[in-house]
Amino acid sequence: MTSEEGARVSVGLPALAAALPRPARDVAAEATRLVEGPAASVPGDAALSTRDFSLFYGPVQALTNVSLEIPKTSVTAIIGPSGCGKSTLLRSFNRMNDMIPGVRTEGEIRFAERDLRASSTDVVELRRRVGMVFQRPNPFPKSIFDNVAFGLHMQGGMGRAEIERRVESSLRRAALWDEVRDRLDRSALQLSGGQQQRLCIARCLAVEPEVILMDEPASALDPTATARIEELVLELKRDYTIVVVTHNMQQAARISDRTAFMLTGKLVEYDETAFVFTSPKEKLTEDYITGRFG
Amino acid sequence: MERHFDQELQGLKDALLTMGGRAEAVIQKSVESLKRRDSKLAEEVIADDRVIDRIEIEIDEGCVSLLALRQPMAVDLRFITGVLKISNDLERVGDHAVNIAGSAQRLAVEPALKPLVDIPRMADLAAGMLREALDAFVRRDAAAARRIVSRDEEVDNLNRQLFRELVSYMIEDTRTITRAMELVLVARNLERVADLATNIAEEVVFIAEARIIKHHADERVGNDFGRS
Repeated sequence: MTSEEGARVSVGLPALAAALPRPARDVAAEATRLVEGPAASVPGDAALSTRDFSLFYGPVQALTNVSLEIPKTSVTAIIGPSGCGKSTLLRSFNRMNDMIPGVRTEGEIRFAERDLRASSTDVVELRRRVGMVFQRPNPFPKSIFDNVAFGLHMQGGMGRAEIERRVESSLRRAALWDEVRDRLDRSALQLSGGQQQRLCIARCLAVEPEVILMDEPASALDPTATARIEELVLELKRDYTIVVVTHNMQQAARISDRTAFMLTGKLVEYDETAFVFTSPKEKLTEDYITGRFG
Repeated sequence: MERHFDQELQGLKDALLTMGGRAEAVIQKSVESLKRRDSKLAEEVIADDRVIDRIEIEIDEGCVSLLALRQPMAVDLRFITGVLKISNDLERVGDHAVNIAGSAQRLAVEPALKPLVDIPRMADLAAGMLREALDAFVRRDAAAARRIVSRDEEVDNLNRQLFRELVSYMIEDTRTITRAMELVLVARNLERVADLATNIAEEVVFIAEARIIKHHADERVGNDFGRS
């Protein structure tokens, strides 16, 4: 068989391959995918991973044997109907569930080669490296500057000049600097909802995390503010690993590289987003994304 | 605000232009192989067409991905559905080139019937229409696209004229029938290429103006998505 007759060869269209969301199809990998089921393991280094991870709220099991690997510097979306466990899984990555009484976990959940369930885990340090942005923008009732500098003050040992430098670069990376540069001392509560959310992202970036967890980051925002957040996510993934929980399937399709579909605490399908939304392997996934249930 | 989506659309556009350039070249090459009675060149046409087929599949997959993942609206939606149709048109241009190359191979082993004048002229016209349709696509220039549509008749006329001439050859001397029929087929293929260029131009008008001009739809009530 010559390369000309190969099932899929490049015909000199790097622009198309680079620009399009659909990954160039690797026939061998696809065959493996079909034989071995969901591609739970990902090429390259995983930023976060779980193996047979289960979580219980008292007697109620919220997650059942979830196994997945989240690759570095990419966007992973977790979708599924309300109560499917997607937010619970997200919060497990920086142990936000610890605050809920009666929570118990089983299996493995790892970040940076370490088991997060270990009692030796420094939770404060973990939450610095694995930051979080919530559904409702939650700026502190302080100035714009102090909101972003908050985590830096907490860390301590940083001079004024260094703090100013970090505040500016965080606001720039959060695509907010141009809108607030001349009113950094004003209250953050005066900003619009979309600006507040970008401020919360800047606050998260200031402490230089590796992973950003986002729980419905745009669901309280209007379409224009949502589009800005989505563009921002696409920018940030160059340097950060981003995990987004969303009930907005279209948003997952627009911004993510990989999509995990969850139902009743189980991971149903996890694959490249382009495959999940054009040719899902599981009937349940297809029914959900085509609106047949959920 | 510049969108990441715009880079994806640009990728699609670049791929379609690559495909268009190849389609135009392969038509010229097929007629060249006929003129030069060069079977080897005709062979190349078949290989070139395979590459065009492969680009079509990549573009189709790209379009489907963008439709599924980006939920395009308005001009973005028309652009992607337009690209999907234009790539189909260009794929068929490649098929017509293969047909012409087949005729060239069969004619290469026979004595020449007549000097080829009208066929190269038709090829130039059809390839020119194709090139200009793609230029109009790049610039989203509906006016230029409309001018291409009006030129289709020129190619049709040449086709009819050549057909009459070849029929007279066949009447005069039945030994010319096989060769004359091949040339009728070549002309017919070139006439179809011009039709496909016309289709592309009509798609360009749709992308640019959301107006359907094919099948003379613009002369009927209810064009413009029932908005007129």
